[in-house]
Amino acid sequence: MAKVADIDLELFESGKGSPVLFLHGGEGFSQGQPFVAPLTAKRRLIAPSHPGFGKSSLPEWLDNVDDIAHIYLELLDALDLDKVDIIGCSIGGWIAAEMATKTPERVNRLVMAGPVGVKVGSQDKLDIPDIFAVPQADANKLLYHDPAKMAPDTKKMTDDELAAMFRNRETLALLVWEPWMHSTKLKHRLHRVKSPALFIRGGSDGLVSDNYLKAYAALLPNARTLTIPAAGHAPHLEQPEAFASAVLEFLGA
Amino acid sequence: MRAWHFSETAYPYLPPQDSYPSIRVTLPNRIYDPVKGAALYDRYIDEWLIAEDEGVEIMLNEHHQTATCVDPAAPLMLAALARQSKKARLLILGNPIANRRQPVRVAEEMAMIDVLSHGRLEAGFVRGVPYEILPANSNPVRMNERHWEALDLIVKAWTHHDAPFSFEGRFFHHRSINIWPRCYQQPHPPVWVSTTSPGGAAQVGAHGYVQATFLTGFDNTKRIYEAYRRGWREAGRGQNVPIDRLAYAALIYVGDTAERARAGAEKLLWYVTSNKVAPQFANPPGYVPVAMNVQLARGAHNVVSAHGTKQGTVDGAIEAGTMFAGTPDVVFEQIKKHWNHVGGYGHLLIMGQAGFLEHDDTVHGIRMFAREVYPRLKELYPDTTVSGMFEKANAAAS
Repeated sequence: MAKVADIDLELFESGKGSPVLFLHGGEGFSQGQPFVAPLTAKRRLIAPSHPGFGKSSLPEWLDNVDDIAHIYLELLDALDLDKVDIIGCSIGGWIAAEMATKTPERVNRLVMAGPVGVKVGSQDKLDIPDIFAVPQADANKLLYHDPAKMAPDTKKMTDDELAAMFRNRETLALLVWEPWMHSTKLKHRLHRVKSPALFIRGGSDGLVSDNYLKAYAALLPNARTLTIPAAGHAPHLEQPEAFASAVLEFLGA
Repeated sequence: MRAWHFSETAYPYLPPQDSYPSIRVTLPNRIYDPVKGAALYDRYIDEWLIAEDEGVEIMLNEHHQTATCVDPAAPLMLAALARQSKKARLLILGNPIANRRQPVRVAEEMAMIDVLSHGRLEAGFVRGVPYEILPANSNPVRMNERHWEALDLIVKAWTHHDAPFSFEGRFFHHRSINIWPRCYQQPHPPVWVSTTSPGGAAQVGAHGYVQATFLTGFDNTKRIYEAYRRGWREAGRGQNVPIDRLAYAALIYVGDTAERARAGAEKLLWYVTSNKVAPQFANPPGYVPVAMNVQLARGAHNVVSAHGTKQGTVDGAIEAGTMFAGTPDVVFEQIKKHWNHVGGYGHLLIMGQAGFLEHDDTVHGIRMFAREVYPRLKELYPDTTVSGMFEKANAAAS
């Protein structure tokens, strides 16, 4: 655990090499996730659980993604890291983008996997489908290439695992409810990002469309896109080796 | 004991239930025929006024994007009733203030109705059922905190009279609050809050507001009332909780014969059987605590909806204490049994119209209750009665 501002942050650190900050998506982080080993074999991985996720505390005042970006800039200070690579998945990508617009000089390279955070489409259609307004089975089809294999099986989970899942879901709702999955400000700030960026999506991602990814990437001065086949909204979980090798290659390992 | 006629102003002319996934939130409004809807409004208002003629008070509520209750702006209906009725108390239960962006506007609406009705308003506030979240685009997380901050602000807006005041809270911010009109009743209309959890009830008790609970049956109601009385006493309001602080809402139908009562009760069950709600609307993230979600995942029943439970039958609902139905003698005994089990309450909220319970049958039920049951309840449970006497007896014995 690390104390940042008034928050007790659950913090995972492993591996050697130059530091990579990993910012998880709505599912949370655990060290057993399959992309962790290939990344830590090459790099020093620093993976906090966002406030309100995992075992990290959630202060009353915190209610949006931008708040978390400030917390993580303070975490970098606490870890004495001037400059890092950042990998952000889904809302983790949103947090990473907020950080990179505030302090472009502290981000070396930026990986955005299935990122949310901007609104690029028309007023009368959600850019990101409302996963909370559809039956869970339909949400699973949007989230995974292979829902039968990937969707959490609540019957096999312990009470602690279930509680963590529901707490993560609750905090996710707190952060993304309105405006839905985006900040109205972020797209007007992304031109400040200096670092090269790689935008990744799973080929079967039902949340982040190809158009969305390209439009998001185009808001940064130096970004390119990559599709990982046979993966949904979490390519780092569904195709961990392809994900890790693409990321390590981009980061220059 | 005071009784209230409660109508949800339902729109029952729907396609077969298996043709849509949810009667709430997503049912297309193309199904709603505004001409039929206008006739229904006329009819439901007439029924409230008939209840008033019979000495029964008036109650209404608010839901959104649903055929079960076509009253998405309850203060508007209440404003109409304020002018059409003459003597009944007017209970709105209630204003979903965790889903309203401007509590000060709610304070204004309520003050205006209080003046329009010459001081007959009873102002209720509800957290709102989970299927209200999406229609309001309201964050389901921290609702309870928003609810209480909004209520405190509303009471403050009602009771400050000499100069604008400012409010800078956690959720709501106003630089200059000075509502016109102020309330007719002083210092403000009676405040009601509904809750279905003991934790919430203790908080309502601590404030001394009237606590209402809906269809919570025997044991849940008992737990909720016990929590209310505990909250009341711990806040230093004294040992005795008057029954007029507690209210219970049930499906109630009284008929002059057992057959007619049964037929009316069957139609009243539409409340329960029509309430088909898709699971994703019935439990949005953060609406219930994490521990409760773990229990639900392990198979516990979601108390928010009785749809699909044994309470979907007349006998099951009567056994559960969510319905009182029969001839006057039978209903009187059912209510007494429930009243004694939970420790006593001073308000009976009568869900007395639903679905295809037509006008004549609805009026029959209202009149049979008002003429044959209500006088006995008023005699048996005068307003001076104290709730939870068995707790005092237990305390004395120990």
